[in-house]
Amino acid sequence: MCRIGLQYRLEASVSDTNTTGNGMTETKIASHQGEPNRRAFLHLTTGAFAAIGAANIAWPLIDQMNPDASMRALASIEVDLDAVEVGQSLTITWRGKPVFIRRRTQDEIRDAKNVSLDALPDPEADKSRAENPEWLVMVGVCTHLGCVPLGQAGEFNGWFCPCHGSHYDTSGRIRKGPAPKNLEIPPYQFVSDSRIKIG
Amino acid sequence: MNRLSALVFSALLTAGLLITVAEAAGDAKHPEAIDWSFKGLFGMYDRDSLRRGYKVYTEVCASCHSMNQLRFRNLSQSGGPEFTATEVKAIAADFTVEDGPDDYGDMFDRPGLPKDGFVNPFPNVQAARAANGGAYPPDLSLITKARSGGPDYIYALLTGYEDPPLGMKMRDGLYYNPYMAGGKIAMAAPLLEDLVEYTDGSAASVEQMSYDVVTFLNWAAEPELEERKQTGFMVLIYLTVFAGLLFFSMRRIWADKH
Amino acid sequence: MSGESTYQPNNGFTKWMDTRLPLLRLAHDSFVDYPTPKNLNYWWTFGGILTFCLVTQIITGIILAMHYTPHVDHAFNSVEHIMRNVNHGWLIRYIHANGASMFFLAVYIHIFRGMYYGSYKAPREVLWILGVIIYLLMMAAAFMGYVLPWGQMSLWGATVITNLFGAIPLVGDSIATWLWGGFSVDNPTLNRFFSLHYLIPFLIFGVVILHIWALHVPGNNNPVGISVKSEQDTVPFHPYYTVKDGFALVVFMILFSYFVFFAPNVLGHADNYIPANPLVTPAHIVPEWYLLPFYAILRAVPDKLGGVIAMVGAIFILFVLPWLDTSKIRSARYRPLFKQFFLIFVMNCLVLGYLGAMPAEGVYITLARICTIYYFAHFLIILPLLGLFEKPREIPESISASILPETAASPAE
Repeated sequence: MCRIGLQYRLEASVSDTNTTGNGMTETKIASHQGEPNRRAFLHLTTGAFAAIGAANIAWPLIDQMNPDASMRALASIEVDLDAVEVGQSLTITWRGKPVFIRRRTQDEIRDAKNVSLDALPDPEADKSRAENPEWLVMVGVCTHLGCVPLGQAGEFNGWFCPCHGSHYDTSGRIRKGPAPKNLEIPPYQFVSDSRIKIG
Repeated sequence: MNRLSALVFSALLTAGLLITVAEAAGDAKHPEAIDWSFKGLFGMYDRDSLRRGYKVYTEVCASCHSMNQLRFRNLSQSGGPEFTATEVKAIAADFTVEDGPDDYGDMFDRPGLPKDGFVNPFPNVQAARAANGGAYPPDLSLITKARSGGPDYIYALLTGYEDPPLGMKMRDGLYYNPYMAGGKIAMAAPLLEDLVEYTDGSAASVEQMSYDVVTFLNWAAEPELEERKQTGFMVLIYLTVFAGLLFFSMRRIWADKH
Repeated sequence: MSGESTYQPNNGFTKWMDTRLPLLRLAHDSFVDYPTPKNLNYWWTFGGILTFCLVTQIITGIILAMHYTPHVDHAFNSVEHIMRNVNHGWLIRYIHANGASMFFLAVYIHIFRGMYYGSYKAPREVLWILGVIIYLLMMAAAFMGYVLPWGQMSLWGATVITNLFGAIPLVGDSIATWLWGGFSVDNPTLNRFFSLHYLIPFLIFGVVILHIWALHVPGNNNPVGISVKSEQDTVPFHPYYTVKDGFALVVFMILFSYFVFFAPNVLGHADNYIPANPLVTPAHIVPEWYLLPFYAILRAVPDKLGGVIAMVGAIFILFVLPWLDTSKIRSARYRPLFKQFFLIFVMNCLVLGYLGAMPAEGVYITLARICTIYYFAHFLIILPLLGLFEKPREIPESISASILPETAASPAE
């Protein structure tokens, strides 16, 4: 009878995970043959289906809070650096956050390079933070609790966050204070000598 | 009770339909139903037609009509004309966009970027009116949704220009179109044979250009159409199977009570 | 019906909880072991469907409010932003917009079911009145929600409806100005409508709880309309009606999904995709389909104040329906004449809906007047007289007794 056939297939699929061969499946059917098991299986399938539906409905409701298409379109910007002289900084907005672009002086570069990595809470070489040593590009958000640090200030003549007293050096690395990490370097690349693409 | 159930339920459902029919009735000529590629349950956009339609829009319509809801980046999103990201960059760069203010407080012009909106032909509504004999060319972003009759109506309007019937007086700057309510429209027939040069070898007849541009306009109004229908199918299949399962579960549960 | 509780807390936590806040006991007694007449047909599943509709509207509404801007300069564009940029925004908005229609479709079936089976009669008058309050709140929420996209129909629908208050003698104009917060429907109006549109669903939710409470005191009415006499007549709500309501709900969702995915704008109006323009009125101003019958009644009366009174009266007459119907028999199944008049009444409402969509001129006006008069006559003349003159059919002994011969005749129930 087709009802039995249907049951067989359903049984087989439900015991899939712990079935090694046909023999096992058949014993299972033999021992559970009858109305209550079939009923339980039907209800289980129905319940599982409801759960699948609920999960699929949940996703759009959650995902809608992620950055939308217009936000994502703004994820990268290009900036002209022509007007920035040595020793000057530019602050631009990228993804709603300030980005510091500093054209460093020779002294600043030297200070940044002459630090022993052992002395740093978050050891990172200046070389890996500024590929072109003249240009330092960083997200201007203190890694402590998100304030904007002040430029060319603090004990290391780099950046100083007035909120809770974090001192950063001329490479934007944390030297003193509660901040746990160096200022973040955003993904960027030079599209020409005087033009930079951030993001 | 069964007959009554069927009666009431179908009556409630048809009430909605009656109203749509009622709305369509007016003094204008009723537009013919066109066999759109995106029509029906399975209909999707014809990609080539969308691209040709974009060409017709930029080369013809865009000199008067804005499309404020569209960004250049939309042209590359899936379910649309699906130009490549590089093509869209090039398309956008062909337009000049006002940006600013710069460090000196001045506005400046720059080439368009994918994130920019379609460029408006007029700076504001007043300028648009002044340039068009007092009639404001409507924004086309939502035009197929914003007119009853939808794409059929726009198509009929574009292809339906005729000489006015005897005795009808046309003021200067008004043209006769039987599909327009009242018969008078301030837009001259916008499409002429071979007005646009198609690059894919299609013949640029008025009908073809109208079909293409309306397809494009319909996409502009409903960019989610393809995703919507695809999701809809999955949902309907899921719900049907789920309803079946519930039905049998219900039968089992109620078996001892009947 | 509200007998002894059968709840048995079965572990430490539930026992601890039960002596402090017996929330689980309440849930158990209301939705698990709640004794329900065993002969409820599919028309009774719309209560559950309506709960689903309300929850859906609240969830999608809260999400839309995260992306929407209630300002005349931004509202229209922010709705398009939802449609075009927000992840799955089109889905959420189309569910919300069509959800309103589905909500009303379900509530109308629910109301007509109550009328057909006499569910408003003693001891369920308060239950019915709470239902009418919910319906009124729904209309307010729907109307204000329709204003938010700030299209042409939003603006002009709001203008027409708020102008109705101007019909009130002496204070009408002041009330209209007060509602607007200006001298026409403008930014302050949009802002307060948004605030109220967000508030009302929660009020509805509160009244729904009262509605269910008022249902659980006398217990469900049922298709034969006679009270439960013994345990034989009932089944526990779970699993019998949870699964039946669930099945009906999923079938309802198929219809709902069809609209959302394949005809999302069929129930709306094209003009609402044109940004609001205070200088140009659309050729035909029509409310959403679910308000059309009342719109027809409004326009049927040639006097402004009279029209408003008739329209408001058409809704408020529902409040006194339990006392207008003089028949002691609940179910139309045993009232052969009422059954006929009920059908005519439903048809009359549908025709009114049709007329509401038609221009207010010529034969439409005449028809609308006839239908309006009939609408009121149904409540004020037919129902009171029917109870006095109608000869009811024989009523069965009990719910169980009614099922035995009937199952053979109509298996669908």
